[in-house]
Amino acid sequence: MSEKNNIMNDTIQQNKLAVFTEGLSLSNLAYSNDLKQKALNILNTLDFPTTRQEDWKYTRVGRIASIKANQTAHNSQIDLSSIRTESKLLFVFENGHFRSDLSSSDMPKGVVIKALSRCSEEELSLVGSLVNIENQVFTAMNSAFATDGIYIQIQPNEIITPSIHVLHILSGDNTASFTRNLLVCSDFAQAHIIQEYITQEASSSINNVVTEIIVGVNAHFTIDKIQHEEQGNFAVLTEQVDQKKDSTFTINTITLDGTLVRNNLNIAVNGTNCTSNLNGAYLLKNNQHVDNHTLVDHKVANCLSNELYKGVIYDKATAVFNGKVFVRKDAQKINAFQSNGNVLMSDDASVNSKPELEIYADDVKCSHGSTTGQLDEEAIFYLRARGLSEKAARNLMVSAFISDVLDKIENQTVLEKVQLIIQQKFAWEF
Amino acid sequence: MIKIENLHASIDGKEILKGLNLEVKAGEIHAIMGPNGAGKSTLASVLAGREEYEITAGSVDFDGQDLLELSTEDRAREGLFLAFQYPVEIPGVSNVNFLRTALNEIREYKGQEQISAKEFMVRVREKSAIVELDAKLASRSVNEGFSGGEKKRNEIFQMAMLEPKLAILDETDSGLDIDALRIVANGVNTLKSSKNATIIITHYQRLLDYIVPNFVHVLYDGRIVKSGPKELALELEEKGYDWIKAEVDA
Repeated sequence: MSEKNNIMNDTIQQNKLAVFTEGLSLSNLAYSNDLKQKALNILNTLDFPTTRQEDWKYTRVGRIASIKANQTAHNSQIDLSSIRTESKLLFVFENGHFRSDLSSSDMPKGVVIKALSRCSEEELSLVGSLVNIENQVFTAMNSAFATDGIYIQIQPNEIITPSIHVLHILSGDNTASFTRNLLVCSDFAQAHIIQEYITQEASSSINNVVTEIIVGVNAHFTIDKIQHEEQGNFAVLTEQVDQKKDSTFTINTITLDGTLVRNNLNIAVNGTNCTSNLNGAYLLKNNQHVDNHTLVDHKVANCLSNELYKGVIYDKATAVFNGKVFVRKDAQKINAFQSNGNVLMSDDASVNSKPELEIYADDVKCSHGSTTGQLDEEAIFYLRARGLSEKAARNLMVSAFISDVLDKIENQTVLEKVQLIIQQKFAWEF
Repeated sequence: MIKIENLHASIDGKEILKGLNLEVKAGEIHAIMGPNGAGKSTLASVLAGREEYEITAGSVDFDGQDLLELSTEDRAREGLFLAFQYPVEIPGVSNVNFLRTALNEIREYKGQEQISAKEFMVRVREKSAIVELDAKLASRSVNEGFSGGEKKRNEIFQMAMLEPKLAILDETDSGLDIDALRIVANGVNTLKSSKNATIIITHYQRLLDYIVPNFVHVLYDGRIVKSGPKELALELEEKGYDWIKAEVDA
């Protein structure tokens, strides 16, 4: 091939990311300009990832690349009664813009909750301190173009009993929403946060979200992440967690809709005697594609991590699970358990499951397992022989399968909401 | 209640049932005995509606309905119950949950109201007592981690909950110790009425010490070749099946 052709190819490829970002405005948020500039510089050297890159081997982002991205706020009419939240602490963002008109204004003692756009430079000094943007198109774009997001700081020693519910709404056509969140659960504090992602009259839109999470010494922090953005839309979400010693962090990732969803959950266990719980459930149909990439990095000794991800895949949908557990050289006495189970409900459904353990310490207990199969036909016959219709028998079995994960959701309101969505979408009974 | 005429069934092109005739009336208990490979479990499977069997000839009338035309679930809803030889373990599905679903689907089919939660729990307590099944076991996942005896008792518990017209017990006694056998038999006897009927498929006479059949049939090479009163079972126990084979083959 001639040199001229090479140059042309390069130009065409570079154009995709350049075209995508062309009309986007640089973030006005008060976090460091160095980060924004660094992100821009990185973006100038990159293109959208291809399946030749190991991290994106099973997930094609071509449909995201072809969005004619705009960052319009829209300010849609939104009926919050359908959200089913009991929380008096509800904070709403639409397309990465704060909707103060829909959000709570009272603040309980012991916690600071506000939009990033209302935060000082000092409050946002931790933004960018955890997440990696080198070679990462999506986190770099978010760092350059973030419009807004939630800042939550639980003060030391405070136990916040009401759940804090953050609702992220994606609306309109070809919307590119860049949402940046910073969650700090200080030393000896405890809180529960619901991060919910929905759409309203959206199509060909993407929510690109980065959430940096700091779990302080002996803190207990739980996040229920519920994704049910309508099909025809895309989501790439990254959670970057820093766990200090003696802390417990739990995240339940429930993915119930969306055409292409990529979750990057990275937990750096930086202190000893930590517990990290990562639970995930994904129920896919039609042509949905859901990719869960998780990383638990055990950097120090005497910690426990439990990971359970389960999926039910219908129609022509595809699930990807890539779960990596690192145990560093001096991180002895680590217990790390990982399990991924999948049920394929049609011949065209598929799963790529890749558990990875990298262990450099010698006194650890680690296990991982991955299963993919179909429902046990003998069990279905057994249930039918007791009078259940075939459909009821299948639903009973898949709901039992996924309940292993849903049972990890301790908040009853969230659990009931998830079950209700599943009932409506899949006609299962619990 | 059930009338089977000239039933022929095959699996993978191999004929197993070769013209089987059997009539069971309400209030009766029938025992079907026979050597391995005679077609006993095939009969149970065909009646319950297992799809891998092909019916090549014959008819089965179940209380005026053509049984062979019904789906597995509709057979159950019409009142046919099969106690499985190998009850299936279903992780995560609770026994009582699935029984409530089953009862309600049967009720819906019959145009009846759903069972109330209270009425259901009363029934669970009452029926689990019949087979001495621990209430905790009743609410655990279906058969998961149950011993062999517990699985079989769970089958009879389900039968008690669903109150079928016709129960077919497929080798329910195999693998049971004497205590479990007594409990299972006691369950069957307690549930017996003038309105229902039971077919017991077994190859041991032992169960019949506890459940007294009205008729004993010998199934051999896909057909019922001999029928008689309960004493026939004793004769089979004593002499084995060879004399029957000789009679038939002659």
